[in-house]
Amino acid sequence: MMESKDMEMPFEMDRRKFFRLFGGGLAVVFVFQDVLAFAEGTEAGLVGPVPADQVGAWIHIAEDGTINVFTGKVEVGQNIRTSLSQQVAEELHVPMSSVKMIMGDTDLVPADFGTVGSRSTPQMGTQLRKAAATARQALLEMAAGLWGVDVSSLKTDAGAVSDPQSGKKMSYGQLTKGRQILMPVSEQVAFINAADWKVAGKTMPKVNGRSFITGEHKYVSDMVLPGMLYARVLRPPAYGARLVNADLSAAKSIPGAVVLQEGNFIGVAAPTLETADKAIAAVKPNWETSKQPSGAELFDYLVRNTTNQNKEKAADGLQAIDGAEMKLDATYTVDYIAHVPLEPRAALAQWNDGKLTVWTGTQRPFGVQDHLAAEFNISKEKVRVIVPDTGSGYGGKHSAEAASEAARLARASGKPVKLVWTRKEEFTWAYFRPAGVIKVSSAFNKNGEIKAWRFDNYNSGNAGLDTQYRIARKEIAYHPSRTPLKQGSYRGLASTANVFARESHIADMARMTGMDQLVYRLKNLDDPRLKAVLEAAAKSFGWNSGKRMEGRGYGIACGFEKGGYVATCAEVAIGADRSVEIVRLTAAFECGAIVNPHHLENQILGAIVQGLGGALFERIDFEEGKILNASLSAYRVPRFKDVPGIDIVMINRVDLPSAGAGEAPIVGVAPAIRNAILEASGIGLKTLPLLPSGKLA
Amino acid sequence: MVLTINGKRREVYVSAEISLLNVLRDELGLTGTKYGCGEGACGACTVHIDGKPVHSCITSAGSSVGKAVVTIEGLEKNGVLHPVQEAFLQSDPLQCSYCASGMVMSAISLLNQNSSPSDAEIVAAMNGNICRCGTYPNIIKTIKLAANLLNNK
Ligand code: FES
Ligand code: FES
Repeated sequence: MMESKDMEMPFEMDRRKFFRLFGGGLAVVFVFQDVLAFAEGTEAGLVGPVPADQVGAWIHIAEDGTINVFTGKVEVGQNIRTSLSQQVAEELHVPMSSVKMIMGDTDLVPADFGTVGSRSTPQMGTQLRKAAATARQALLEMAAGLWGVDVSSLKTDAGAVSDPQSGKKMSYGQLTKGRQILMPVSEQVAFINAADWKVAGKTMPKVNGRSFITGEHKYVSDMVLPGMLYARVLRPPAYGARLVNADLSAAKSIPGAVVLQEGNFIGVAAPTLETADKAIAAVKPNWETSKQPSGAELFDYLVRNTTNQNKEKAADGLQAIDGAEMKLDATYTVDYIAHVPLEPRAALAQWNDGKLTVWTGTQRPFGVQDHLAAEFNISKEKVRVIVPDTGSGYGGKHSAEAASEAARLARASGKPVKLVWTRKEEFTWAYFRPAGVIKVSSAFNKNGEIKAWRFDNYNSGNAGLDTQYRIARKEIAYHPSRTPLKQGSYRGLASTANVFARESHIADMARMTGMDQLVYRLKNLDDPRLKAVLEAAAKSFGWNSGKRMEGRGYGIACGFEKGGYVATCAEVAIGADRSVEIVRLTAAFECGAIVNPHHLENQILGAIVQGLGGALFERIDFEEGKILNASLSAYRVPRFKDVPGIDIVMINRVDLPSAGAGEAPIVGVAPAIRNAILEASGIGLKTLPLLPSGKLA
Repeated sequence: MVLTINGKRREVYVSAEISLLNVLRDELGLTGTKYGCGEGACGACTVHIDGKPVHSCITSAGSSVGKAVVTIEGLEKNGVLHPVQEAFLQSDPLQCSYCASGMVMSAISLLNQNSSPSDAEIVAAMNGNICRCGTYPNIIKTIKLAANLLNNK
């Protein structure tokens, strides 16, 4: 372990500034892996000077014993405020109640790439555990030094170090009192095995749960500052419309309204929302629209408008296909869908002496900070982005639109300005999960062996593109396209599309060979973790037990994403009128060691229910660049009535590192249902959503 | 106009056609009631008027005059949560919790009418409330727990 002189490392992040901000005590700082690797060669394996922007998070033990954890991750409902606290409490041997998570405030927390891609648990969680374990070790050593005893004779419990022999005891706060110690994470420190977890690994209630149930929690849309104005923004009538000019005089004559035009941007701010609504309605714009694609031609459009060269190569085909006994070609399509976070985009912006502070619900506070610094041409230090716990994101809140709009109006009006997007704005001007076309060709033998696989994805994206099946020859390509609508990240990214196409195709191949969907998969898979979830799901579902009821079918699908493995089974019933009812779903999920079983189950459940919408009926309809169903009455999302019986099997691999759970469970839902419809009716659907009308054609 | 909110007389200076939701949130600072759609399609803005659940986003402030409006903030009595809130706290069903206040208000209305609802009755009564995080099965369990808490009081 490090001596105290080593502890005082020459961090570029100013130590004095740190303790001025946070008070004295002990702070353990960790940096991202690559920086550590780079620093490996330095003296004693310790971290050399680390640029402040590469510090990943820190834990600070204040003189009063409070454990402050600073991280750039944000809470959007995945309950990491709770699960990360649990992990810190576990390693530090303190009660959960003394851990305080300071999240997503760019002035206080170290830079972070964003709460995206299920990285919070595997990366942030692991690093925080290391930092906490390092801190505990340091506290033990401080006490050992003080009492002149050997470290190994001391114990830590409930936030204090004690010596069972002498009966001496000091709280962490007492130990760190008057000190200003800043130390790096020790890579060598031992941390507690998941199998021995007492606080982590257990169901713990949401740490700030009460404030949500009483309505006390302030989401950004709830916040108020003295003198604050409410904003509205003028939106174009369609994608690609250009503002020719606008008559602002009527809007400007409304008492209290501040009207701002900057290029294509027109916004208003007023002391009440009612006045802001009136003012924006009084703006008389002239728009010039241009020809835009419509939903009816979407899939042709995506294939025609690829932006890379792979398209030419696609014609080559697979030579090996000729040598196989059976062949299957199919084209799958996936529509645009919307995230529909129940709290729409919101931002509250305030300028003070050239410094901009914005409270906004985003998954990427530092990304928004960069965006605002560039937009307003000020240094990043002059932009503070704060993210209070937010009304969800699902990959849909990475961008800075509301923040930038509120900040413009705050600058123009000289007052704090709050902008909450309407549902229609959220549906129209946020971004969508990409639409896509996926062409799959396969060649295989009657015994189930897969000889060749060609998989071309137009526009959806790269995630989950490769296949996990044992295949002699494969060609897999992603072809980006010009997208008619604004698109971006989504839960599971393109995996929702790619796994749908792959698992549908595999089920059709199994059917052609006369093999069971499950048997066919197990035969062609090598990955033991994937096979384990398939077997666990099938067992719990009762895949092999007996005959299907009349008009019913079973389907199964599997996939993996970000260290999480999932297999989903579905049972459907087809009515006399061709309506399809989802009778039940079983999902088996494994993402290493489980940190909080209840919250993990919630994440899986949430992903499945969200997956049902995309599988069955969610679809953005658009024509000539206009969104036709930009409201919750027109765009259907899953409701209580849509949820079948859901059975979740969680496999706890305490021997494996914990991975995130926000994404993988979504990918199996659509193909499992589709494959169940196949078994029940012989119809192999090839579109997402599968059943926009609720019935088979 | 004068409104009665959570048992208190509140005077506001707004036009009669403005939505109750706006008045609650922006005039009275009662931000526990949420905006989700503005068209009565999500239930996030549910409050009680004379004991009945209504969507405050499509209810005008003027029409609420002379009636008893109860919001999520009015449930806690002397630091004690309403049993339905207590059930939500105990069973911890939610993720982002943005739907929480609408869910709690709708659940209370349901349980006022039906002290031991079946799953199907819960689904029918709650179908107007969207939880985009998809926690519906948990909420059903929570409402059953709430029914128990209420019935054993
Ligand atoms: S905001 Fe009122 S029902 Fe959605
Ligand atoms: S918990 Fe997020 S909307 Fe219900």
